[in-house]
Amino acid sequence: MSVVKQDSAGSRIANPLITVSQFAPWFVVIVFLSLLPVIFTSGAALTIMNQMAITIIFALAYNMLLGQGGMLSFGHAVYMGLGGFFCVHLMNMIEYDGLWLPLPLLPFFGGLFGLVFALIIGTFSTRRAGTVFAMISLGVGELIAASSIIVVVFFGGEEGISGDRTMGPETFGLDFASQLEVYYLTAFWLVISALAMYLFSRTPVGRMANAVRDNEERAEFLGYSQRNVRFISFCASGFFAGIAGGIFAINFEILTEENLNLATSGSILLITFLGGVGFFVGPIIGAIVFTFLQTVLSLYTEIWQLYLGTLFLLTVMFFPFGLTGLIAMHMRPYQLGKISLLVKPYLRMAIPGIVCVLSFSSLLEIAFHAKHAAIGEEHMSLFGFGFNSYNILLWLVVLVLSIGSGWLCKRLAVGVREAWDEANFVEPRS
Amino acid sequence: MKKLTGIILGTVMAGMLASTAIAADNIKIAFIDPLSGGFAATGQDGLAQYRFAAEELVNKTGGVLGGTKFEIVPFDNKISPKESLIQLQVAIDQGIRFIAQGNSSGVAHAITAAVKKHNKRNPDKRVLFLNYSAVDPALTNDKCNFWHFRFDANADIKMDALTDIISANKDIKKIYLIGQDYSFGKAVAAAAVKYLGQKRPDVEIVGNELHPIGKVKDFTPYARKIISSGADAMITGNWGSDMVGLGKSMIAAGFKNPMYTYYAASTGITKIFGADGKGPLKLVGEGQINPPASDRADAYAKAYKAKYPDNDLGQPRIANVIEMLAKAIDKAGTASDMVAVGTALEGMEHDSIWGSKILMRAKDHQAIQDVHIFGHTDEGVAHDFDNSGFGLKVENTVKMASADSATTCKMERP
Amino acid sequence: MSLLLVNLLDGLVTGLLLFMLCSGLTLIFSMMGVLNFAHASFYMLGAYFAYQISTYVGFWPGLILAPIIVGLAGALVERYGLRRVHKFGHVPELVFTFGLALLIEEIVQFFWGKSHMAYEPPALLNFTALTIAGNGFPAYKVFMIFMAMAIFLVLLYILTRTRVGLIIQAALSYPETVQNLGHNVPLVFMGVFGVGTALAGVAGVIAGPTLGTFPGMAAVLGSIVFVTIVIGGLGSLWGALAASLLIGWLQTFAASYNIVIGDVLVAVGFPMPVNLDDSALRDLWTLTVSQIGPILPYLLMVLVLVIRPQGLFGKRET
Repeated sequence: MSVVKQDSAGSRIANPLITVSQFAPWFVVIVFLSLLPVIFTSGAALTIMNQMAITIIFALAYNMLLGQGGMLSFGHAVYMGLGGFFCVHLMNMIEYDGLWLPLPLLPFFGGLFGLVFALIIGTFSTRRAGTVFAMISLGVGELIAASSIIVVVFFGGEEGISGDRTMGPETFGLDFASQLEVYYLTAFWLVISALAMYLFSRTPVGRMANAVRDNEERAEFLGYSQRNVRFISFCASGFFAGIAGGIFAINFEILTEENLNLATSGSILLITFLGGVGFFVGPIIGAIVFTFLQTVLSLYTEIWQLYLGTLFLLTVMFFPFGLTGLIAMHMRPYQLGKISLLVKPYLRMAIPGIVCVLSFSSLLEIAFHAKHAAIGEEHMSLFGFGFNSYNILLWLVVLVLSIGSGWLCKRLAVGVREAWDEANFVEPRS
Repeated sequence: MKKLTGIILGTVMAGMLASTAIAADNIKIAFIDPLSGGFAATGQDGLAQYRFAAEELVNKTGGVLGGTKFEIVPFDNKISPKESLIQLQVAIDQGIRFIAQGNSSGVAHAITAAVKKHNKRNPDKRVLFLNYSAVDPALTNDKCNFWHFRFDANADIKMDALTDIISANKDIKKIYLIGQDYSFGKAVAAAAVKYLGQKRPDVEIVGNELHPIGKVKDFTPYARKIISSGADAMITGNWGSDMVGLGKSMIAAGFKNPMYTYYAASTGITKIFGADGKGPLKLVGEGQINPPASDRADAYAKAYKAKYPDNDLGQPRIANVIEMLAKAIDKAGTASDMVAVGTALEGMEHDSIWGSKILMRAKDHQAIQDVHIFGHTDEGVAHDFDNSGFGLKVENTVKMASADSATTCKMERP
Repeated sequence: MSLLLVNLLDGLVTGLLLFMLCSGLTLIFSMMGVLNFAHASFYMLGAYFAYQISTYVGFWPGLILAPIIVGLAGALVERYGLRRVHKFGHVPELVFTFGLALLIEEIVQFFWGKSHMAYEPPALLNFTALTIAGNGFPAYKVFMIFMAMAIFLVLLYILTRTRVGLIIQAALSYPETVQNLGHNVPLVFMGVFGVGTALAGVAGVIAGPTLGTFPGMAAVLGSIVFVTIVIGGLGSLWGALAASLLIGWLQTFAASYNIVIGDVLVAVGFPMPVNLDDSALRDLWTLTVSQIGPILPYLLMVLVLVIRPQGLFGKRET
């Protein structure tokens, strides 16, 4: 892949890009991904897993900017969306104009289109980092999203552009009509892109992106043009976002304004941040959790966005390194062999913690039901229990439960903190 | 770490998906519309009307196929085409064979294309798409297919009826067209130009413009322009906050002439216009609620309000969807063979609870029905909207509007 | 000619309204270095609180009370949210306000539902102040103009003529020095955040009746507010005023005149394609200025940032 090209200044590399031991987890992932459809056979599960895979690639591409390059973008959906639109047009050319192109190669062309567009925008947007970059990305994002409604020829207006993936030449006897075939194609591209992005982060260019993120001036003094480093990261990110767009086109066979707009750009920022920007696996975890919550939680509650927003704010406030950061925090006690010290306080915390979360969400659900449900429909069910949402006693019980467990949590937190300090304490060598 | 999270989440996901798929004997109808986000008010209203119609019109009268009941299963599509396709897949996985959707023609296009492909690829799990609100004419013209049925009058039909009324009014000599810049807004404008040209060539169209959808903060400049053009009437297909913004600005700027709209009612809009809208505000649509067409219709509307005091009967056609589907299932004798149910629905004639006769035209699956011009008023309104005392009252009716209109649909039957 | 006058007045109303939001945002930005993405959400809260108050005691008490409540809420957010996130750096701060904007929208829907609220101008101002060539200009809009002017003058006076203003200005540039002089800088930050959000609340109270009170009202205005202060130059009050008026007039005039891009192209000398429907550029030829009016500010912002990254009136680059 062209993006794994090595920078001339750093061509004397002693270490290989990846060692056998580092490759081992990837092998496990490949086996795991190929076994998944055996466990989850339903079409909906396949659709949701495909959606997760697309979001993972997109989030990883986004993290090349935010996590590795320190560039905050509010319009990154544009590159994924444009790659996707281009792929649907290619699909239609395959169907109607007899273009010969096997479907599995389509995402690569989506990537190229994303790359071309990133090259154009990057020439002026990457000149500066920080707020200027962020605001230019916002402006460009709004402009492209707005023109998607206006330029009907390419974007198809509000109804978007749709195609049919099964019309191309058969590849290995597959026509990709079934969800399962599409799943394996998606998984293939997921592994390829994730591996390529991982390798990119280990090239000298990838390392320099980190250096520029941390201190622009110092990187300049070392002889690197901060602008060029940002530009290369930006283009690579656009390329992988375009690949995600191509896979989206294959999965959903339709692209609309939604794929370009600010909401999509914003949610990828939330996903990446939720997972943890400082880690390569962060966006992966963020994408899985977010897609899961968005698709499944919304089946059960109308106010799922309230929960998602709360979860997100709490993450930013208490775990600025995201969910992955929360896990990574425990590596040190683990290495010190003191992880066992934490088990007991965690378990003690678990019961009031779970009760607190459940009772608080019950309070919200009951209040929401009482306020918005139909007259006569006072009955509601929650966690398998049915009850009347106007019952004062019930309100009191839930209220007491949530306040009580919250208070207990606050008290127990002291013990957890002590245990945490203890577990992270290194005995001074005498 | 990643793997472990994956396994845990995957197991939970599988469990949750499985638990929703409890096999029951009810005939399930998937309601895929926005239930959260900015358009949720309309979606929630539609859901309440579906639930009520299924309960009152089918389940309480003995069900279909000798006792089987209807059940509405809501899916939140967040008005996103992508989410709609995911929820469609979830619905199909749960064994649901009837899909109801209405909000946004863009979503309807995505669903009708997906349903067509799904039915071709999975002949044993075919589904029917009951479109109760998306009115882009293309859905029953170029983009039509056997699995899609539209129960609302499309944008062309409504405009045909509206221009019948306008051409009878000799006071109207100048008309201003304004709409949202997307497929539906453009369809409304094109239909208005076409029909006015045929019926009243002397009427001058003094303005025909589109504004970005959902992006205009203040409609005052548009209102100034319309008033300065000397228009005797305005036609708009705007909905949601674009309708509120435009209408309020027009009234504030002193426009006293008729404003013909498609969607200026219910979900808070009627309450906001209140006394200001009485007189200028008109609406074209189906489903006569005021004055009630019959005692049965009156009782139905009263019972609905008693059960859902915060919701309105904003989309009366939903009652037709439920009744006609029940009839088709009974006629076909099955609720699992979609070809049979679809064939039974084609060409069906039905006497609506709202007084109109309804014909599901076989050549394009477009329902032909009476289309009314309503006035926004507080006089003689038995059933108001938004509990505001104001509501829609029929002023003119076009019987079986556009019954012989042409279609470009080439229906391919399985 | 008379329409031009009406448009000038309408543009002034839009611009001044935008300025009420921008003034608070730009103060917050220059002090904390963070773009408050939730600023428009406080504007929305102002409208909803005022609506709720107006259903009990009428419009006028809401005009005073709602901004105070919004300001208090803003101060609390600063004290218990932003201050905590501040130590992690600018990106988490920005992401925090981004998430806060989403959460506030959800909270508003939780309590008030998803429909429009029937929030009306007070009966006292519900008449047409003047009529120009058939176009009525409501008295309420005259009131809006005077309110915005008054706020600008008071703000200018406080910032440049009072001791508090001097401390704020000093804290903007040299927070550590000011702290060493014995001033409570965190308190100043909290105060500025509270006042800034209260200003957004005032804008919401007086814009709610004319622009509509609904859950999407923050999103419609949200990013335009940043665009305005970026164009004006971050941290500059005069820049915010100039950019607000510029954008107010830009949007008003773009919406008022039906200029078709195709006509402009022909006038410049491009030949019109013979068969327009088959042309790949047909969308460009039929485009009107009013169609693209709302995205013009974004275009302007990108151009300004490429040419002059510090904005029109800004002194420092960010």
